[in-house]
Amino acid sequence: MITIKDVEHIGWLASIEIAEEEREEFVAQFNSVLDWFHQLDEVDADDVSPTYRVLDLVNVFREDRVSPSLAQEESLKNAPKVEAGYFKSPRIV
Amino acid sequence: MAADNDVIVGLEVHVQLNRLKSKMFCGCSTAYHDSPPNSHTCPVCLGLPGSLPVLNRRAVESGIKVGLALNCRIEENTLFYRKNYYYPDLPKGFQISQYDFPLATKGQVLIKGEDGERKIRITRAHLEEDPGRLVHAGTIDKAKYTMVDYNRCGMPLLEVVTEPDMRSPKEARIFLDKLKSILDYLDVFDGALEGAMRVDANISLKGGDRAEVKNISSFKGVEKALSYEITRQRNMRRRGMGVIQETRHYDELRGITVSIRSKEQAHDYRYFPEPDLVPLRVADLVPAIRASLPELPDARRDRFREEYGVADDHAKSLTSEIKVADFFESVASRAPPKLAAAWIADVLKGELNYRDAGIDRFSPDDMVEILRLLSEGRISDAAAVSVIREILDHGGSPAQVVEALGLAKAGDDVVLQAVRFAVSDCVEAVSDYRKGNERALNFIVGQVMKRTKGRADPGEAHRLVVEEIERSQG
Amino acid sequence: MLTGLKRDLASGSAEEYLECLFERIEKSKLNAFNALSKEAALEKARKFDRSPWGGLLAGIPIAIKDGISTKGIETTCSSSILRGYVPPYDAHVIERLKAEGAIIMGKTNMDEFAMGTSTETSCFGPSRNPWDVDRVPGGSSGGSAAAVAGGEAPCALGSDTGGSVRCPASFCGIVGLKPTYGLVSRYGLISYANSLEQIGPLTRSVEDSALLLEVISGHDPRDSTSAEKGQYLSGVRDEISGLRLGVPREYFGEGVDPAVEKSVWDAISVLEELGASWREVSLPHTKYALAAYYIIAMSEASSNLARFDGLRYGRRTGEDRDWHTTFSKVRSAGFGKETKRRILLGTYALSAGYYGRYYLKALQVRTLIKQDFERTLADVDLLVSPTMPFPAFRIGERIDDPLSLYMADVFTVPINLAGVPAISLPCGFAGHLPIGLQLIGRHFEEDLLLRAARSFEEATPHHLRMPEVA
Ligand SMILES: [Mg+2]
Ligand SMILES: [Zn+2]
Repeated sequence: MITIKDVEHIGWLASIEIAEEEREEFVAQFNSVLDWFHQLDEVDADDVSPTYRVLDLVNVFREDRVSPSLAQEESLKNAPKVEAGYFKSPRIV
Repeated sequence: MAADNDVIVGLEVHVQLNRLKSKMFCGCSTAYHDSPPNSHTCPVCLGLPGSLPVLNRRAVESGIKVGLALNCRIEENTLFYRKNYYYPDLPKGFQISQYDFPLATKGQVLIKGEDGERKIRITRAHLEEDPGRLVHAGTIDKAKYTMVDYNRCGMPLLEVVTEPDMRSPKEARIFLDKLKSILDYLDVFDGALEGAMRVDANISLKGGDRAEVKNISSFKGVEKALSYEITRQRNMRRRGMGVIQETRHYDELRGITVSIRSKEQAHDYRYFPEPDLVPLRVADLVPAIRASLPELPDARRDRFREEYGVADDHAKSLTSEIKVADFFESVASRAPPKLAAAWIADVLKGELNYRDAGIDRFSPDDMVEILRLLSEGRISDAAAVSVIREILDHGGSPAQVVEALGLAKAGDDVVLQAVRFAVSDCVEAVSDYRKGNERALNFIVGQVMKRTKGRADPGEAHRLVVEEIERSQG
Repeated sequence: MLTGLKRDLASGSAEEYLECLFERIEKSKLNAFNALSKEAALEKARKFDRSPWGGLLAGIPIAIKDGISTKGIETTCSSSILRGYVPPYDAHVIERLKAEGAIIMGKTNMDEFAMGTSTETSCFGPSRNPWDVDRVPGGSSGGSAAAVAGGEAPCALGSDTGGSVRCPASFCGIVGLKPTYGLVSRYGLISYANSLEQIGPLTRSVEDSALLLEVISGHDPRDSTSAEKGQYLSGVRDEISGLRLGVPREYFGEGVDPAVEKSVWDAISVLEELGASWREVSLPHTKYALAAYYIIAMSEASSNLARFDGLRYGRRTGEDRDWHTTFSKVRSAGFGKETKRRILLGTYALSAGYYGRYYLKALQVRTLIKQDFERTLADVDLLVSPTMPFPAFRIGERIDDPLSLYMADVFTVPINLAGVPAISLPCGFAGHLPIGLQLIGRHFEEDLLLRAARSFEEATPHHLRMPEVA
């Protein structure tokens, strides 16, 4: 069972603030979805290897060649806040 | 400081594979060091929605090369993972790195530790992408905001992780010097570039919890941060307080470490295999890379001792950088090797260091010429030093410099004449010498040098003055 | 149909045709488009009229799902966190379309970040089903499907992570193709669940689907999972006699609307008359597909959506505090409820101590499901099933109950887990609402899939019926 404390912790991990009024609802919904997920417990798959991707590709490379970068203005164009060619981030501490 | 047997140090070294032309997963150039911020970025390394990574083949080859040089096993099956955490320097909210199934494992490096030879085991070496760079307006804890430059983002990194096998800050330093030297030989890395090698150090006292000091950017910093930590941890212990497991930041300016995260706040990285990349099966690549490995520093040092009869400390000094070693061999094939070793290791390297210059500032041909002039007695040791300095500062060939500065050793007859003149002139000094005052000779030799404008060899002049005094007596 | 249109445009006026479409869109109740590229498209059409160019799609307007990056056109994934984001680059498929002479009309509505089955989770409000504007068009590519079915665009692109092309195609009575994983480059497709999704065409006919696939498929060095293409147009009119069909028993029965079931069995009879044979087969792990799918999709999504924080692009609401607080508030305000649910559940499923129980287990079940398909498709050439268990539902009917919404994907998600190709095409009506038939093929056998679909289409009238859109 997931608790309100778990939901707060997951929100912290996911960097999503969860509003007070959302918490109860999320707890209930998460528990019902997780409960539903647990139907997989009945599948015996211990010796089955996981499928990360459906194609059996290996060793896909690019050669070590330079291709053009975006111009600085292009890189910054979509940023809500910029300064002197930098993206402006909120303070660290 | 001898190795303390209760100090336990392990390192995680992030090496920028900055000899590659392009970044790890995109075609942006790695030559960003002198460029405006955010001018070496593209949808991929900016993490724009919809962009996808494609792995640089040479990054993998370089990783294998380093793995082999560190005596690692190259793994048959290698995967990339996402390491999920938030930080403004990480544009996708995850770093593509390796977790289970790294490229190289279980290696070792031998270093000359403080109590003799020590084996430093390499846990693993894996590939990952560098985050961007944060520029704080002021210090990290006081800045009102932070500016982000993603030029560095996506630079290919090789992370080398050691077992906790070092027993002092000094040994950590020695290991890092050795690692740097090996990387230099492999031509995967230019240690002179800013941020080329960054170290996380784990340190504990036997029986205590460990602290991890993050992101130290110089070797001197590693030594200092570790020394600071040992003192801090000993003091904690003395006061009866345990060391808590935590992450600390090294403040280079203040020379101290400060806590940034305790164990309770430890990250939960939620690793899972990167779905946008496919697995690596590198077994087929390994034999060719193994065959292409250069002779590594240790082997070359041993060979220099045996093949050229070079002294141990000279051999070590000449082999820590591959370019210096190549320079030496180029010179030694055309000049007396021991003489070459002494002049390159003791004089040339010192003059280059003083000028913050690399060995490519000097030509082996010039060195051969200088050694020839010395061997033939055409210039004095002092004059040879002057020639080296003059070439470094103003250019020119040895012959030109000797000529222009009048550094050619004076001919025997000129010296002899000057000696005779000096001995007959300095009556008082000669008599002092005869009374047993050896130092009186210096004055006479000085007169000889003055008369020959310094072109006489001082040792030679000394010998001739003694002979002349003895002759004139008889 | 596109072939005819191409002829008409070359002899008539592309500009006039586009004007008509834009007029229709502006008067429309369907809310199919998030953004129109009206000026640029008309300008291009005028150029085409002055001196027509060649190409497989010369002069053809196309609508693009808003999760596909278009250089210079706002691309939002129907999320308010991405409002105002204008990509500096084109997705691979957009480059391909432009190279073949197509004209980009605009961006279509979708479920936020493709997370949904109804297009109701869009920050722009739901799109509406042209057959009944009180009903959903399906999702997540609902805007694309509504636009094509409602006559607002001759063709469109969507993306299909767990049915997001086939579901709206089924609900809107058009053709939707989910290609084999790897056939179409994902470069520029804003990721929801990378290991599952593919871009696919939404069209009025099977031949149009083949034509678009011909254009957008093929190897792209910017996508490490990209494969080589085949030939889709040349054999699409060939016959299908001798084709062996499998009818998976788990895709019928409980939970399936009887009208849907009847239409699909009728379709099987039609295929039989065309020379195919059928037999019942079993895909025994089908009942675990939904749970496995949602665990994988949510886990991947939780990581894919970590980049949206308002630092480099998108919206940064509120005052700056410390970075973690600021980002957490931006993400809380910018994501809709379903998106947050999926990110949070995915974060939980990957977190320390749970990885094995959820993510890894889901990938193991994925293997079993993939093996089901491999085993079955070794004996038959194609599988036949309903696309959706029921016709389009009412707007608001399921949105507050995540689980009931997830259940709608029961016949579409196994296909994405296995990475095989599947197509949905009209096969009948339940009252006034269209029903979709799903054909499922082997990896990279889109040619066969399209040929069977086209034979069926030619033998039946369903695709000719058009909704009476106000
Ligand atoms: Mg690392
Ligand atoms: Zn880049």
